[in-house]
Amino acid sequence: MAFKAKIKVTLRPSILDVQGKAAQHALENLGYSSVESIRIGKYMEVTIDEASQAEAERVCSEICQKLLSNPIMEDFSFELEPVN
Amino acid sequence: MADVTVGIVVFPGSNCDHDTEYAVASFPGAKPVMLWHNDHDLKGCDAVILPGGFSYGDYLRCGSIARFSPLMREVIDFAGKGRPVLGICNGFQVLVECGLLEGALIRNAGRKFVSRQTTISVANNTTIFTDRYEKGEVLRVPVAHGEGNYIASPETIESLESNGQVAFRYTDAGGNATEEANFNGSMNNIAGIVNRQGNVLGLMPHPERASEALLGSEDGRRLFESLFAHLGGA
Repeated sequence: MAFKAKIKVTLRPSILDVQGKAAQHALENLGYSSVESIRIGKYMEVTIDEASQAEAERVCSEICQKLLSNPIMEDFSFELEPVN
Repeated sequence: MADVTVGIVVFPGSNCDHDTEYAVASFPGAKPVMLWHNDHDLKGCDAVILPGGFSYGDYLRCGSIARFSPLMREVIDFAGKGRPVLGICNGFQVLVECGLLEGALIRNAGRKFVSRQTTISVANNTTIFTDRYEKGEVLRVPVAHGEGNYIASPETIESLESNGQVAFRYTDAGGNATEEANFNGSMNNIAGIVNRQGNVLGLMPHPERASEALLGSEDGRRLFESLFAHLGGA
């Protein structure tokens, strides 16, 4: 059974996000003075074929820890839903 | 004098592999051997170098995909046996991604890719990679990276410092670890660290690009000399 995982990987709050800072600065130049901060992360869609939702969740969590995020500087979260 | 065989790992996207090969070959008694990332064989080498570049196009995170190359399993095993592994620039990024070294390397604090000559100081001259330098000696070694900002948890930084694992720091020409000299924002001006056992070194500056006078500096040579001497060579 296939499941689609929608994974978000974000820099930990303590980590400086220079990319976000640059984008914020550009918005400031465009006149958007109300934009206080931008943090840029990654969004990934992963299709996982497993027998159950619980098993797919286990695999998804494992791949996030092993490869898709670096726990020293990033956090991850995901939503999982069955694919018809 | 016994010959020292030095394996240089070539990942898709490595671009300092031949510079490193050239630098290694300039030492009498040292023989470079190129190792393809997809192989399983370290070809009997005495030391392994992970060169600079953009392995796997820096996809996902710098060094994160290279870490899972078949050959990296051999390299991790090799390091685990106490054998020497040196990671330069992207090689340093691979070493932190695979956990052979602590911490992480994030985007330079100043946002820019920095490619220029820098000055670094020898923070620990008792490692197998640095014992031909004086402690506190200032070296001119170039850098070329966009993601060399070294970070780690406060506990990790403290243990790196108290165990003498910081090998090199960004300093001014007088050897002072100033904020100005720390162009990429690294914690404690860290430019290079060794693991707890001292057999794995990772650094962002390029010693292979400071290996002959024509390149503007020879200050990187003694890093290789230190290592090769330990391996019974030159």
